[in-house]
Amino acid sequence: MSDGFEVIVVGAGPAGCAAAYSLARAGIEVLLVERAKFAGAKNVTGGVLYGSVLNGLMPEFWREAPVERRVHRHIISLLSEKSSVSIDYNTDGSGSPASAGYTVLRAKFDRWLAQKVEEAGGMVITGSRADDLIMEDGRIAGIVAGGDSIPAKVVIAADGVNSLLASKAGLGVGLSPGNVNQGVKEIISLPRQTIEDRFNVGADGGAAIHYLGFCTRGVHGGGFLYTNQESLSLGVVVQLRALIENRLRGVELLASFKEHPAVRELVKGGTTVEYSAHLVPAGGLRMVPRLFTDGMLVAGDAAALVLATGRALEGLNFALASGIAAAETVKLARDKGDFSRTGLSQYARLLGESFVLQDLSHFQRAPQFLDNPRLYSTYPDLACGLAGKVFEVDGQPKMTAWELAKAEMKGKVSLWQLVRDAMAARKTI
Amino acid sequence: MSDMTMEQRLALDHYDVDAEPHIKVKAEACQGCDLRPCLYVCPAECFKLKDNRISFSYEGCLECGSCRIGCDRDAIEWSYPRAGFGISYEFG
Repeated sequence: MSDGFEVIVVGAGPAGCAAAYSLARAGIEVLLVERAKFAGAKNVTGGVLYGSVLNGLMPEFWREAPVERRVHRHIISLLSEKSSVSIDYNTDGSGSPASAGYTVLRAKFDRWLAQKVEEAGGMVITGSRADDLIMEDGRIAGIVAGGDSIPAKVVIAADGVNSLLASKAGLGVGLSPGNVNQGVKEIISLPRQTIEDRFNVGADGGAAIHYLGFCTRGVHGGGFLYTNQESLSLGVVVQLRALIENRLRGVELLASFKEHPAVRELVKGGTTVEYSAHLVPAGGLRMVPRLFTDGMLVAGDAAALVLATGRALEGLNFALASGIAAAETVKLARDKGDFSRTGLSQYARLLGESFVLQDLSHFQRAPQFLDNPRLYSTYPDLACGLAGKVFEVDGQPKMTAWELAKAEMKGKVSLWQLVRDAMAARKTI
Repeated sequence: MSDMTMEQRLALDHYDVDAEPHIKVKAEACQGCDLRPCLYVCPAECFKLKDNRISFSYEGCLECGSCRIGCDRDAIEWSYPRAGFGISYEFG
C-alpha cells in the first residue's frame, strides 16, 4: 500500500529517536513508528541522563530539551530497617553542562526527541503498532503495522525491553527472571521551592539518591529518588526472580520504602500523581543478542544494551549511543547499497569502538557479582550497625574503630567472607 | 502497609481501555501451578487468586511484560495493546 521508506525505525524512545534523527539529518528518508498515542507515553525511567552523548548529537540540547533538573548532588545510601548511612557528593553545579546528569520525565522528554526527528525531516507516526516484519527472500524488507505493509530497505528495531520484533527476527534477548529487573515508581508532586530547600539544591539544580538495602527488604535490587522541577521520582528496582522467590511485590516494597526514616521526611506532604512500572534488562554482556541480521538492526533495551554495575543501571546513554551507531551503520551500508548482514556488520564494529560494548565488556562479570545476597542485606546492615556504635555514646568504655567493626561483624559475616567479597568487587565493579 | 490501594494507584494513570484483552491467560496451563509468580510480579495486580484459581483482568495493565517473563508454564499469551490503547503516562 505504501511506496515504502529507505529506513523504518520502530520505537520512539531514546534509541529510536537518536537513530531516526541522525538519518533524517543526513537527508535519508526515514519513518519512525511508535505504538503509543504520543512518543514517550509508554516509557518510564529510573535513571539520570548524562549529557555527553546527546550533546554530541544535538549540541547544547539542555537549552531546549525538557530536562527537569541538572544533578549536582549525588547520594548513595545504605539502609537497614530503621537507619541509613550515606555518601553525599555535592558540587556547586558549575561543571560543564555537556557532561552533567539531568533528571528527565520520559513522557515529556521522548516527546521532544520525536519532535526533533520531525524537525530534521523524518516522518513520525504515533499510535501505530508494528505487528510483524515483512520477510522477502530470507531478509527483512519492512514492517506490517495496523494491517498495512510498509516496505523499507532496512528496519531498526528500537522497540524496548519486550522487543517482539527482535524475537520475530531471531535476535531476541532471552529475558528470564534472573536477568531482568522490575522498576516501580511514583511521581510525587511537591512545590518547586520545597524541593530546593529540602534537598539543598538551587533553582534547576537537582539531587539523585540511590539506595541499597532495606528498600528491597534485603533482596537483589535497589531504590532511587530523583528531584524533578515540581515532583520527585521515587522507585524501587528489583530482580524479577528475587520477587518470585521471596514472595514480594514491588508495590509493597515501594510503599514501605516511602515510610523509611531515610525517605519519609523527603517526600512528606507530597501528593502521588502517577504510578508506573517498567522492566530493565540487567544481564550485562552475556544477555546481548546478535545485533543485526539481513535488513535489520537492534538498538537500546531491545538489544539489552544496559549497564548494570551496582552503582546504577545506565540505559539512556546506551540507548542513544546505540541508536546513533545504528544510523551510522545504515549510512555506510547505503553508500555500498548493501543492507545484508555483511553490509550491516559495521554496527558491531561501531558499538565495539564506543563505550557501549566496551563498558558492557569491562563490567561483564558485574551481573554475577550483583547476585550476591550479602550486598543487599548484610553489608547495609553492617554499615548502619557500625555507624550506630560510632555515633551513639552510651557511657560505657569505648572501643577502637577496629574493635567496633569486629564486634559488629560477629555472627553476620566472617572477615574471610568480607575480604573475598571485597576482592570480587575489586575485579568486577 | 500502603498509603494507597492498587485501585487508587491505577486511578492516577490514564488508560484507553480496548474492548478486547491484549493478554490472555490459558487457564489449563495454570492447573497445578503452586509457585504462581504472576501474583507477585504483576505491578498492577492484574492477577488475583479467587477460589484457588487465577483470575485476570487486563484493564489496569502497565504493559511492563513481567508476567510473560515470570510465568514458567507458558500460560500467558502476551502482546501489546492495539495501537492507541492501553496506558498513557503523563510523566514517565
